[in-house]
Amino acid sequence: MAEIIVDKNKCNGCGKCVKLCPFGQITIVDKLARIDLGCTMCGVCQELCPTGAILIKRERLNAEDISNYQGVWVFIEQHQGKVKPVSLELLSKAKELTKKLSQELVAVLVGDEISYLTKDLSLYGVHKIYLIENKNLERYTTDAYAQILVGLISQYRPNILLMGATNTGRDLAPRVAARLRVGLTADCTDLDITKEGYLLQTRPAFGGNIMAQILCKYTRPQMATVRPNVFKKSQFCSNSLSPSPEIIKVEAKLNPLSIRTKILEVVKEVTEVANLEEANIIVSAGRGLGSPDNLYIVQDLARLLGAAVGGSRAIVDAGWLPHHQQVGQSGKTVAPELYIACGISGAIQHLVGMQTSKRIVAINKDLDAPIFKIATLGIVGDLFKVIPLLIEDLKKVKNK
Amino acid sequence: MKIVACIKQVPEISEVMIDPKTHTLKREGVPSIINPFDENAVEEGLRIKEEYSGELIVITMGPSQAEEALKRCLAMGADEAILISDQAFAGSDTLATAYTLSLVIKQLKPDLIICGKQAIDGDTAQVGPELAEQLGIPQITYVRKVEISEDKKNIILHKETDDGYEIIQCRLPVLITVLKILNEPRYPSIRGILAAKKKEIKVVKADDLKAKLSFLGADGSPTQVVNIFTPQPHQKGRLIKLEPKDAAKEIVNFLQREKIF
Ligand SMILES: Cc1cc2nc3c(=O)[nH]c(=O)nc-3n(C[C@H](O)[C@H](O)[C@H](O)COP(=O)(O)OP(=O)(O)OC[C@H]3O[C@@H](n4cnc5c(N)ncnc54)[C@H](O)[C@@H]3O)c2cc1C
Ligand SMILES: Nc1ncnc2c1ncn2[C@@H]1O[C@H](COP(=O)(O)O)[C@@H](O)[C@H]1O
Repeated sequence: MAEIIVDKNKCNGCGKCVKLCPFGQITIVDKLARIDLGCTMCGVCQELCPTGAILIKRERLNAEDISNYQGVWVFIEQHQGKVKPVSLELLSKAKELTKKLSQELVAVLVGDEISYLTKDLSLYGVHKIYLIENKNLERYTTDAYAQILVGLISQYRPNILLMGATNTGRDLAPRVAARLRVGLTADCTDLDITKEGYLLQTRPAFGGNIMAQILCKYTRPQMATVRPNVFKKSQFCSNSLSPSPEIIKVEAKLNPLSIRTKILEVVKEVTEVANLEEANIIVSAGRGLGSPDNLYIVQDLARLLGAAVGGSRAIVDAGWLPHHQQVGQSGKTVAPELYIACGISGAIQHLVGMQTSKRIVAINKDLDAPIFKIATLGIVGDLFKVIPLLIEDLKKVKNK
Repeated sequence: MKIVACIKQVPEISEVMIDPKTHTLKREGVPSIINPFDENAVEEGLRIKEEYSGELIVITMGPSQAEEALKRCLAMGADEAILISDQAFAGSDTLATAYTLSLVIKQLKPDLIICGKQAIDGDTAQVGPELAEQLGIPQITYVRKVEISEDKKNIILHKETDDGYEIIQCRLPVLITVLKILNEPRYPSIRGILAAKKKEIKVVKADDLKAKLSFLGADGSPTQVVNIFTPQPHQKGRLIKLEPKDAAKEIVNFLQREKIF
């Protein structure tokens, strides 16, 4: 764990560091240098402080240091003012962890003009919310978000920090972990607390062929990204009695120049619910559909079930569906409640992307298709006959 | 333009077997391949170097067998290959791997570093961003299209998002991690294979680096794998062959029984 410390006995408040800091993150308060939230631990101040008062410590922690790190934090991912479901799933799981540890549950909410979101979070038994709002945080950028998180962590010292294993989480978490020099476990599918009080992180490797359990004993916070859909969101009644959380607004000084990437344009390609990793149900199409003109069959079924549409590489390569809808080794890894594979053979590269789904229904006319080996319900039959009838039946049930 | 592509040799996933007794991975006899995403990284490096002129250096950290993977990259057209290999690096997690890579890459001073989106053995997707951080340069992940500005000072790319993509501009140097759809990796030509035979692979050892020893290998790795097991096998499902009408009914029953519909 890296941390930056100002030695009160050595610092004489000369202010040289204030001028030197490339990120403008040092202020002199009461004749002492104060390191602000956006510190990137670049080390310039440490190198050039005339009295050697600033120290960046990058060491293994001993037991005493470790006890200074308290609380389970969840990074709340929001996109255009909407909280991602995975963040709420994580709050629910983190609540269990805090009970085992007798520590606080803390939500970290970063963005611009998003304070209204704190209401939703308070339902989850959150003790504290760190709210950081700034116009430079409106859209996610690695540089700005990493700066903010590293600053918060250095100042408030959490024991555990969890994020969703989304595109954003998997971009941000390793950046933060490397800056702090702490361990990070990617893509967890289970979390627990060991009897010694460590975070036990379970994750699939080799496309789900083996599971590994990982500890980070000597660094804090213990960081993990967690797959969407593996934990259940808590259910509560609307008049939930949990006390409202303490909301702590943290000022962020962000120099727009420290954001080195510039978003020129944002292009939307999907209008329907298509985010595969978060979908509860996925209806997936393979080459068995024969032609892109037949895609409507799976799309109709998906609409009826409120499902997202996915596809095998064969049909994505053929241009029937865009790449972000591809499931498998070179596409997305998904684990919905229900995965319906229509005309997909079940090549290993496809299976590794979906075999941890809770239930799998496969429709294929070939009895020997490998997809049937992992199907909860395998239907040997012609999808052009079965699916239209299925749609009809489902409609009847719905209208009852 | 000086370009570095980071590659990793991984076991062919369709051949990976679990030892039924020890529940560990059987690596023996499993063929190795270049991590599929890293082939795209190399291909993009080649494409950029051909279009904008420059050189491509491929780097891997791994055991001496990883030379094979580097040879293939040379045969594809890479100019130089570096193998970072030493007992001192054993047991590296992503942070230690990225640290070690960063020491070598810093000496090369490249304009562009290309990594794969993730390696298919660990699936972590962490080495790229952790490397960018330790190099002190920006990162752009999930890239599916790359262009270099005319003055060769900026890069413009398409980064995949949940519902489409962002067009992002960034000053070089930068590290990007790439998706499969970025390009179609070429096969080495006979001429390339012959040329590669003559090229030397540079081997870097721990002593060649000004490394903090406590940052290397198992010591420099904060994550510790404490247990490995095989996931519960899928419950034996039901396989049925019925008239379409009845098959549809079966599915509806299933969905209702599981309270999904
Ligand atoms: C490095 C690498 C990475 C890869 N990554 C991925 C990946 O991420 N995702 C992925 O999906 N693949 C991936 N692949 C490709 C994979 O190996 C398969 O080629 C692909 O998944 C096959 O797609 P499919 O099942 O749609 O097509 P096919 O294998 O052609 O299967 C079509 C199936 O439809 C059935 N069928 C045909 N007509 C009907 C009908 N009327 N009714 C019912 N069933 C019917 C057939 O019996 C057959 O089983 C990768 C391959 C490699 C080498
Ligand atoms: N040992 C290694 N040597 C060189 N590059 C690596 C190594 N491990 C990972 N990488 C690069 O980092 C990417 C992500 O790997 P990972 O974080 O392991 O999923 C890979 O696609 C490679 O480009």
